[in-house]
Amino acid sequence: MIDYEKILSDKCKEIKPSGIRKFFDIASTMDGVISLGVGEPDFPTPWAIRKAAITTLEKGKTIYTANSGLLQLRKSISKYLKSRINTEYCPENEIVVTVGGSEAIDLGIRALVNPGDEVLVVEPSFVCYKPIIELMHGIPVIIETKIEDQFRLTADALKSKITDKTKLLILPFPNNPTGAVMKKADLEAVAEVLRGTDIMVLSDEIYSELTYDGRHVSIAQIDGMKERTLLVNGFSKAYAMTGWRMGYIAGPAPVISQILKIHQFAIMCSPTISQYAAIEAIESCDGEIVKMTNEYNIRRRWIVNAFNELGLECFEPMGAFYVFPSIKSTGMTSKQFCEDLLYKHKVAVVPGDAFGECGEGHIRVSYAYSLKHLMDAVERIREYLEEIR
Amino acid sequence: MVIYMDTIINLLKQNARLSCKELAAMTGTSEAEVEKKIREYEQTGVIKGYSAILNDDLADKDRVTAFIEVKVTPKADCGFDDIAKTIMMYDEVESLTLMSGAFDLAVTISGTNYKEIALFVAQRLSTIDGVISTSTHFFLKRYKEKGIFIDDEETDERSFVSP
Repeated sequence: MIDYEKILSDKCKEIKPSGIRKFFDIASTMDGVISLGVGEPDFPTPWAIRKAAITTLEKGKTIYTANSGLLQLRKSISKYLKSRINTEYCPENEIVVTVGGSEAIDLGIRALVNPGDEVLVVEPSFVCYKPIIELMHGIPVIIETKIEDQFRLTADALKSKITDKTKLLILPFPNNPTGAVMKKADLEAVAEVLRGTDIMVLSDEIYSELTYDGRHVSIAQIDGMKERTLLVNGFSKAYAMTGWRMGYIAGPAPVISQILKIHQFAIMCSPTISQYAAIEAIESCDGEIVKMTNEYNIRRRWIVNAFNELGLECFEPMGAFYVFPSIKSTGMTSKQFCEDLLYKHKVAVVPGDAFGECGEGHIRVSYAYSLKHLMDAVERIREYLEEIR
Repeated sequence: MVIYMDTIINLLKQNARLSCKELAAMTGTSEAEVEKKIREYEQTGVIKGYSAILNDDLADKDRVTAFIEVKVTPKADCGFDDIAKTIMMYDEVESLTLMSGAFDLAVTISGTNYKEIALFVAQRLSTIDGVISTSTHFFLKRYKEKGIFIDDEETDERSFVSP
């Protein structure tokens, strides 16, 4: 018998499984659960995009594409970035089409991090950054964001964590789970700290289309920052295309050429059918984005108001599709609250500490659900709170 | 779903039971503002009423509904209005619309059984002066009404929890 414990990679064994997973396991064994736990849109992918994929299949375009993705798609992405954040990326050598934003994050970190390098991770945030950094033998250094700063990264917080080993800053805005956005002035302040250093930024902008208080601003468009920024984005959230696994990374050619090597050996190329669909998304679906964003915005306002009325203080998020109310007034930990709520009133929400220790005392509630669904769930939470108070 | 210019109208079309307080939160205005706007819509007749959308199979499983195409001879002085006004006076008539195309008036009526509808068409509708012919179609199954799925719930195949 092989003793697998002995042969497994030590680094891999050290990685903790996602805190979200456990919740999923409990919830999926129960009947009648209403979930507010998902991180994906409730809208189907717009029909024009699906039709483009069907046409691709009908025409038999089912072969590999260039490693970095169809040139036509890279040109579309380049045009899109120019129109949205007014920044030029060369389709030939500054963009790689990836398997979702997730692969783009992985590639960005892998291309830059040497053993012992420190990587600054803004938390609370998406769950994948730390494990990937650790797999590269890098050292994640957490920068906690606070509700009094509206969960934004401040220049002071950034400065206090920079050492001569700092290689990279992970900047995840609009933020999952807090819904925080960085305004231009906030980014200017961060840029001021980074300009003149060799520190790179991996800017995860997957929620860039879902902002409710003015257009998204990228750090790449701040003076002097494009050359030190790897911009990660994708189609999942903007066009409701999570299952298509379509993302991209854009940045300076010398980094992108390293990224392309990893991508080429690990993945070969992103799914061809999804790539054609993505071209259609960029070329014809701006209107769909507006429609979906308007709908999210209505729900967002409703749910912020509802949680504040429940007495669970709720920071008003200006991006993504999450609210991050505080449950500190209940005296419970996030985990206790979420488990109790799930068992007693069958509502699934995600404990805030799944997104970093500083998320403790909060829960992440997704509003990527119909209003009716949100209302039913909030009603159950109301009943639960009445019971425990 | 048709999107109207005004968000309050869109929201009420989806769910007329939303409170003014909720509507105010959702549209980013004040409760007083919403109340004023709705009152205005009601007074000017933009909003004609509020009704529940029923699944008849559950609410009253014997109920039958029919869609009737009616061809009429318009009158010289008042066109179709006169006949339409006669037809719409009947309580059984749920909706009445003047159409372009192969027939003139689309009538939806509902009753407690097939016979009731048959009698209505034969005795009331066909006998109205100016009605040339009728063609009755019975509803077999309603899938969607006013943007709402009647027969089954929308299924959400997303997993309960994902990052």
